[in-house]
Amino acid sequence: MKLTLEVWRQNGPADRGRMVTYQVEDVSPDMSFLEMLDVLNERLILNGEEPIAFDHDCREGICGMCGMVINGVAHGEQRATTTCQLHMRHFEDGETVTIEPWRAAPFPVVKDLVVDRSAFDRIIQAGGFISVPAGSAPDAHAVPVRKDDADAAFDAATCIGCGACVAACPNGSASLFTAAKITHLGLLPQGQPERDARAKAMVEQMDVEGFGGCTNTGECTAVCPKGIPLDTIARMNRDYLKAR
Amino acid sequence: MTWTDDGPLRSVRYVTATINRGSATAPVSPPTPGKPVHTAPPGKLGSSNGKKAVMAVTGAIMVLYLVAHVVGNLKIFYGADTFNEYAHWLRTVGEPAVPPRTVLTIVEIVLSVSVLLHMWSAISLARRARRARPVKYAARRKSQASGYAVRTMRYGGVIILLFLIWHLLDLTFGAVNPAGAEGLPYDRIVQGFAAGRWPVTVFYVVALVMLGLHLRHGMWSAFQTLGLAHGRGYRPLKVTAAAVAVVLVLGFLSVPLAVTFGVVK
Ligand code: HEM
Ligand code: SF4
Ligand code: FES
Repeated sequence: MKLTLEVWRQNGPADRGRMVTYQVEDVSPDMSFLEMLDVLNERLILNGEEPIAFDHDCREGICGMCGMVINGVAHGEQRATTTCQLHMRHFEDGETVTIEPWRAAPFPVVKDLVVDRSAFDRIIQAGGFISVPAGSAPDAHAVPVRKDDADAAFDAATCIGCGACVAACPNGSASLFTAAKITHLGLLPQGQPERDARAKAMVEQMDVEGFGGCTNTGECTAVCPKGIPLDTIARMNRDYLKAR
Repeated sequence: MTWTDDGPLRSVRYVTATINRGSATAPVSPPTPGKPVHTAPPGKLGSSNGKKAVMAVTGAIMVLYLVAHVVGNLKIFYGADTFNEYAHWLRTVGEPAVPPRTVLTIVEIVLSVSVLLHMWSAISLARRARRARPVKYAARRKSQASGYAVRTMRYGGVIILLFLIWHLLDLTFGAVNPAGAEGLPYDRIVQGFAAGRWPVTVFYVVALVMLGLHLRHGMWSAFQTLGLAHGRGYRPLKVTAAAVAVVLVLGFLSVPLAVTFGVVK
């Protein structure tokens, strides 16, 4: 396959940045999207040019590093898929593909496609934890958890903090991410003592970071690689409005 | 927790937070350079979620009013006397326990406050959303969620507001109505929507369709905002919101259309 790429290039936080066009040849349909970028980068390095900076780590859809907006859709149009798990067979020979970083004021571009998602860390620091003396792991059946709650908490806990929800949201809201964390902890017995304080602190930290508000568009859950459902946000709203 | 400054790295300042549990050392960059790490939290009603809750509650008040309003409007089909009597009753309801127009004035005040608060939260959230994405995407973003109604909320709200102003000047104050301020309610409607004034009817149709779209999203969205939506409840909730929106819009449209097409004279 042959592709034309339009890629966002930005030397550093202070640079203005621009879209640059590249041709990539010999793309195998079996390559992942990141491998396709690796091929281009190798050529750029051989030509003495600066390779395209992009974040990645696990390349198996679990670390949440590989965020980029492909053809206007966070992680590309393939549903429930991170960029590293997106394969080139979903593209057509000769296609033009645009690649941009997450766009949100709280996610400043570090370089090219790499953004700084520390704002998420600060939301977690505000309340995304339970305070317990850790010690050794307790027996699994020491604290009973209803099966439904365990399943829903686990589903919410699959959020990998990739930030696609923010990138896709027309308001640049971090609600789905924050709601996933609040739901994950708030459904479990261990999360109850700090439930109110957690909802309040995490929701307000979103505002402090400069994320937008939620207008229930559903764009987030549609692009979320883990399919975090919208009702986590209803739960977050409920906990926040109840919290004193 | 201790903070150490690791100095410039790729021209972003990185800070390492060492959490006093010994094991966790994570690089955490401070917020946008120049911005303090701790901005005071906004407080309940000042937060985005709080403002959104204000929007949901005031929206719900307005929807309840619209239901009562459409039921009243339909009385026009029972003839001039019934309609004028109903309009008179609105001004005298509660008498003699309370002075004339008491109930109506309370409704007017509650609605005015609702409209203002609703707009205040809409405007401040729209501005916050704009600030949250200073650099736009180069590719045209394709909506991944179905939702035409969602995209009309903001400009649709403005059309509804313009409509509201015209509507009050027209049928409440009679300022732009041929029957004038002194005309009986029935005459204002029949003369206001007369076939010769078809542009007025067209404007009503456009604005009411916008209102329908606004409510199709708004009515389920309000439940979500107030945390009242649950996993399996979404389908019925959205279907009900759409159905109520359609019924309301058809109910409101029936009156101007009936007059313009000569069914009500
Ligand atoms: C006066 C002009 C109006 C403006 C500028 C306006 C604007 C808005 C905006 C921007 C939203 C948020 C959209 C979203 O959540 O995606 C909204 C929500 C809503 N609006 Fe309006 N609106 C107006 C009038 C009305 C009227 C007359 C009604 C009711 C009859 C109404 C009912 C609602 C409801 C129920 C919501 C949902 C609240 C929520 O999402 O939680 N609005 N409005
Ligand atoms: S909610 Fe989904 S899209 Fe958002 S950060 Fe978590 S995994 Fe990524
Ligand atoms: S590289 Fe880890 S999720 Fe894609």
